Amino acid sequence: MEKTMALLEIKNLHASVAGNQILKGINLTINPGEVHAIMGPNGSGKSTLSNVLAGNEAYEKTQGEILFQGKNLDDLAAHERACAGIFLAFQYPVEIPGISNMYFLKAAVNAVRESRGEEPLDAMDFLDLVEEKKKMVQIRDDLLERAVNSGFSGGEKKRNEIFQMAMLEPRLGILDETDSGLDIDALRIVSDGVNALRGSDRGFLVITHYQRLLDYIVPDFVHVLVNGQIVKSGGKELALELENEGYASWNGEQQ
Amino acid sequence: MKSETEKGFDGLADGEYKYGFVTDIESDSLSPGLNEGVVREISRRKQEPEWLTEWRVKAYRHWTTLEQPTWAKVEFPPIDYQAVSYYSAPKQKIDAPKSLDEVDPELLETYEKLGIPLREQEALAGVVAVDAVFDSVSVATTFKGKLEEMGIVFCSFSEAVKEHPELVKKYLGSVVPYKDNYFATLNSAVFSDGSFCYIPKGVRCPMELSTYFRINAANTGQFERTLLIADEGATVSYLEGCTAPQRDENQLHAAVVELIAHKDAQIKYSTVQNWYPGDKDGKGGIYNFVTKRGHCRGDHSKISWTQVETGSAITWKYPSCILKGDHSVGEFYSVAVTNNLQQADTGTKMIHIGKNTSSTIISKGISAGRAQNSYRGMVKVVEGAENARNFSQCDSMLIGDRCGAHTFPYIDINNPTAQVEHEATTTKIGEEQIFYCNQRGLDTEEAVNLIVNGFCKEVFKELPMEFAVEAQKLLGISLEGSVG
Ligand SMILES: Nc1ncnc2c1ncn2[C@@H]1O[C@H](COP(=O)(O)OP(=O)(O)O)[C@@H](O)[C@H]1O
Ligand SMILES: [Mg+2]
Repeated sequence: MEKTMALLEIKNLHASVAGNQILKGINLTINPGEVHAIMGPNGSGKSTLSNVLAGNEAYEKTQGEILFQGKNLDDLAAHERACAGIFLAFQYPVEIPGISNMYFLKAAVNAVRESRGEEPLDAMDFLDLVEEKKKMVQIRDDLLERAVNSGFSGGEKKRNEIFQMAMLEPRLGILDETDSGLDIDALRIVSDGVNALRGSDRGFLVITHYQRLLDYIVPDFVHVLVNGQIVKSGGKELALELENEGYASWNGEQQ
Repeated sequence: MKSETEKGFDGLADGEYKYGFVTDIESDSLSPGLNEGVVREISRRKQEPEWLTEWRVKAYRHWTTLEQPTWAKVEFPPIDYQAVSYYSAPKQKIDAPKSLDEVDPELLETYEKLGIPLREQEALAGVVAVDAVFDSVSVATTFKGKLEEMGIVFCSFSEAVKEHPELVKKYLGSVVPYKDNYFATLNSAVFSDGSFCYIPKGVRCPMELSTYFRINAANTGQFERTLLIADEGATVSYLEGCTAPQRDENQLHAAVVELIAHKDAQIKYSTVQNWYPGDKDGKGGIYNFVTKRGHCRGDHSKISWTQVETGSAITWKYPSCILKGDHSVGEFYSVAVTNNLQQADTGTKMIHIGKNTSSTIISKGISAGRAQNSYRGMVKVVEGAENARNFSQCDSMLIGDRCGAHTFPYIDINNPTAQVEHEATTTKIGEEQIFYCNQRGLDTEEAVNLIVNGFCKEVFKELPMEFAVEAQKLLGISLEGSVG
């Protein structure tokens, strides 16, 4: 029997930003259908990892290999990675003034469709898709008409990220501290949205600082990232362990 | 190493060649330099009536008393007005390319991106004569016939001087007097040619004027003069310019456009300006000093200016409206893009004179590279202008952090019933926004287009449909490579 191909394979990944070495040898494999959580203290390199995976050119991969569905990501520019099915829900989504959320999303959805050789959605089909997906994250209509993220509250921005993820139906969803800044109701809504997207052909990398999110999005695996390295991996119970003991001991171990 | 004598000889050889070239078409060109004799000679060669000759001469004499204005936020080396040749009939290009294969591929690529039909590409590149295109399409003559039937006059300025001298005499300089400003005065003295249009009472011009004439427009001289009159109840939409890149060895352009709207008349004047902006280091490029003004002469008249400015090294341009008639309306919609080392100082003036007049100003300035983009606008309400209304919105977008945007609003209100609103915003597009778009599947070029077109959509929707599509593409091309 042939082994199914991993969705994402990260081997000995080193990366730097602004000349500083941040990631120092990450190994991680995500198979289709799995949810992996990464936990770690501030500054440990969580966002750096998500930016490197998404192809942000401000971050430089200095060593190692990243395979996405067997394909070397070095060959793909950021927009090509997105089209291939990598989605990053940003920790700090930027505002894009002057262009409405809907207009932006339509361009994004059709760019992804085009790359797959599919016909672009016309206005009607697009609106149908919006109607279907917006229920998942209970996003308000006026936010769809406003300029992308402009004047959105922190929580609204995060909801908008998950809404976009639902619209774009990626293979791999990377959630970078989507929970931070959300109240408990919003956290539940966002988590329900993510859970609805879980499926056998999709994988998630859920980055969080707090254990709380993992009560709602229950991971298959938990990894602890400290100082640019994964120092421990385990099942969902590892998150609770961390909650009780904190990161201090790991930091200590590193030094 | 060449000796000094040899170098001198090289120069002489050059000169001889040039001389030979000039003698061939001697009757069509004047040698560089400007004096009263030159002005009279231009008028003589164009076989103009005496009143026009004298008008030019008055303008020239006044010009000699003026100094080039320095208030605009643009910088350029001094212009040597004596080095310019003030009269040259349309050039017969001896070394014209014989087919598109011989044309600069970069230029063709741009035509391609703009979706310009092959036949027009050939004409723009100088492969075939403009006439040939019109013959092949044979629209020009058909339209001319149709317009004439309706009493519409639409012809070159020179032709109008010959065929309709009474109209030209009545309206020329009635909106932009020859004493108006340095560049308009120069234009009045030496203008080469341009367009003339008269729409008689009650006539709605059935087509966008000059849609089919864009190639002609591409070949007009550097001192262009346009005069457009909409008589009572008439309506006209006029398109000026060309989205295709226009190369021109004349660096200085100083055009004048005068619009007159009588009672109940409406004029919509749309421009796409895409003159050569110079290279990445700011070498070459056109200096564009234009005076454009509309006069809402009658009650309930309306004049709208819509402009998309992407070209030129320097743009100095303030299409304005004098709202004289009661209930008259003035509008100004503008997109000005500057990239690399381009400089634009552009805006409008709305002068409220009649009662219940209103004006709208929507200005979108986009700067990239090391460019400087300034909005300069004036709203003036005179004492007797009861219930004047103005709404102004000036938005600037900066792409990258080496460019600049500046806003200079002047408001001069002399009547307490006036209502004037001014809004201004500045937004900055950086690598983070572009990466965000990339992460959603858009490549960098699409991302810039999307952001910029979203920013400009209020102006684009004022353009005639097919022009709007071309203008959108043009913006993308102008900003290519400005990010990432
Ligand atoms: N664009 C950047 N320029 C300079 N340093 C950066 C940049 N992004 C991140 N860093 C540095 O890299 C380290 C890891 O940051 P980050 O990956 O954001 O951590 P986390 O997301 O785990 O809080 C920090 O020391 C941070 O200051
Ligand atoms: Mg982070």
